[in-house]
Amino acid sequence: MASLTMKKKIKDSTGDKIFMFIIYTILCLVLLVVLYPLIYIFSSSISSPGAVTSGKVWLWPVDLSFKGYEVLFNNPQVMKGYGNSIFYTAAGTLISVALTIMIAYPLSRKTFFGRKGLMMLITFTLLFSGGLIPTYMVVKEVGMIDTRWALLIPNAIWVWQVIIARSFFQSSIPDELFEASEIDGCTDLKFLWSIVIPLSMPIIAVLFLMYAVGQWNAYFDALIYLKSDDLFPLQLILRSIIIQNNTSGAINDALKLVERQQLSELLKYSLIVVATLPVLVIYPFVQRYFVQGMMVGSVKG
Amino acid sequence: MKNEIAISIKPSISHSNKLSMRQEAVKSLKKHWQLYLIVIPPVLFFLIFKYYPMMNAVLAFKDFNVIKGIWGSPWVGFKHFELFFNNPMFLTLVKNTFGISGMLLLVGFPVPILLALMLNEAKNGRFKKFVQLVSFAPYFISTVVMVSIIMLFLAPRLGFVNIALNYFGFESINFLGEPGMFRSIYISSDIWQTAGYTAVIYLAALAGIDPTLYEAARVDGASRFQKIIHVDLPGILPTIMIVLILNVGSVMAIGFEKVYLLQNPLNLVNSEIIATYVYSVGLLNANYSFATAVGLFNSVINLILLVSVNTLAKRFSNNSIW
Repeated sequence: MASLTMKKKIKDSTGDKIFMFIIYTILCLVLLVVLYPLIYIFSSSISSPGAVTSGKVWLWPVDLSFKGYEVLFNNPQVMKGYGNSIFYTAAGTLISVALTIMIAYPLSRKTFFGRKGLMMLITFTLLFSGGLIPTYMVVKEVGMIDTRWALLIPNAIWVWQVIIARSFFQSSIPDELFEASEIDGCTDLKFLWSIVIPLSMPIIAVLFLMYAVGQWNAYFDALIYLKSDDLFPLQLILRSIIIQNNTSGAINDALKLVERQQLSELLKYSLIVVATLPVLVIYPFVQRYFVQGMMVGSVKG
Repeated sequence: MKNEIAISIKPSISHSNKLSMRQEAVKSLKKHWQLYLIVIPPVLFFLIFKYYPMMNAVLAFKDFNVIKGIWGSPWVGFKHFELFFNNPMFLTLVKNTFGISGMLLLVGFPVPILLALMLNEAKNGRFKKFVQLVSFAPYFISTVVMVSIIMLFLAPRLGFVNIALNYFGFESINFLGEPGMFRSIYISSDIWQTAGYTAVIYLAALAGIDPTLYEAARVDGASRFQKIIHVDLPGILPTIMIVLILNVGSVMAIGFEKVYLLQNPLNLVNSEIIATYVYSVGLLNANYSFATAVGLFNSVINLILLVSVNTLAKRFSNNSIW
């Protein structure tokens, strides 16, 4: 109680008030710097092609139009890439989460002989790697070049995810629970499936989200391992259209040159929105899982 | 007498320890065979895709011959390393790699700490949550989209930044064509994208500071600024050290992805780093052995950096990642 009255007595000094004012001003600036580009891109994507190329868009959409999206959704290349990305994200995430649990759970169990050695084996890969070319040659040797497997398997397990999952299992599954189930004759796998996994939903959600975002956003593996256009994920299509400026295939040749140029500019904005929106829309709802996951990871770094 | 007995007993103890360890292993294997079974696929993954490439790195000491394969190719010792060190590109690559990542560390490292300290001060819960939510969001933007945004905003003619410059009476700048601009573009966009994410780690550490310390600071009449300097900062120092170690450890591993996408023939003098060089020499020109040597050089420097920073941190502040 004493501390309560104390708090009331001691008020912010003038210096503190100025200090707080500065902090709020800076935070507002941060907000502006982060939000403005995102809003600008979204507004541009739903403005008319002419308004975008003449620099009329500053904050809100000018001459509302969905022409960019129309062109995108009628473009077989983009749609194919979208489909591929959905497949890679779904399949890759499932494989990654399964493999991560399969190694993180045994590592979390004290009765698992050799857990220290195994842990060292996997953390060493964080410190040292064979490098790009030797890895490429292994992927080639196992016959995954230019197949869908190349995007699902060679980077399936992230060591950080294993560490995060392991420390969650260690801290939240009490040993007594395991001893009790052992007396009841419950096998390890049954215990994992019917007790550990249901109890670990927060961390499994984190694993799913991190792997899914990673898969959706990845382009490097596709760049080095894939050659056939019809296997390309959306990010590679994006790179070819926006960064390498190959819009020719995406737009109807019958249009006039000016119109084509304007449309190709607009298309870039709509493409960015289409590629990023799925992740950004889900994110506010799952943010707390991310924060939780990061905190579990930082407890035992 | 007693000492002698102790000595004579010692070996037999360690012997029985060894025995019981082996017995324990067998017992554990029998009882928990299912655990050993499910661990096989992930272990295979690490052996095939992480350790096998490490063995393949001997390629750096050989002249690769497609027909003879890695192990059949002739040994050439340090030939490829010598070639690399005597290559006129060598200095440029080292300068660019260290320049970009060093500056990023110097400028980018304090930003999330400041952001977290300021967010921690904000008393308005909703505002705080909103700023946190928004500043975290760019982390989820892919590298390709990030570079696309940079290129759209900095485009010489239609880019937003140049339109704004013209509006205020300045001349347009071809940002991505200016080699001198490359580093600033890379670093500022990186801060934009990751500061909010890293700040969350510090916020979690700030939330864990003992509240009685704040009470004491208040009673002692500390101002808000003094409270930050004397309570907040020391409180999150261990976290700062760990993030610092991890950042230094990734100095040589700076995002190939983003640098590669931002590269163009005009800015290549300042934008070619070791990782992008390995890609273009190794995969595009199929010069496998040489590229492996360059990559190995990169990995070894990275390992040395990480180990030395970790040792330093351990000695001076008792924080380390292992």
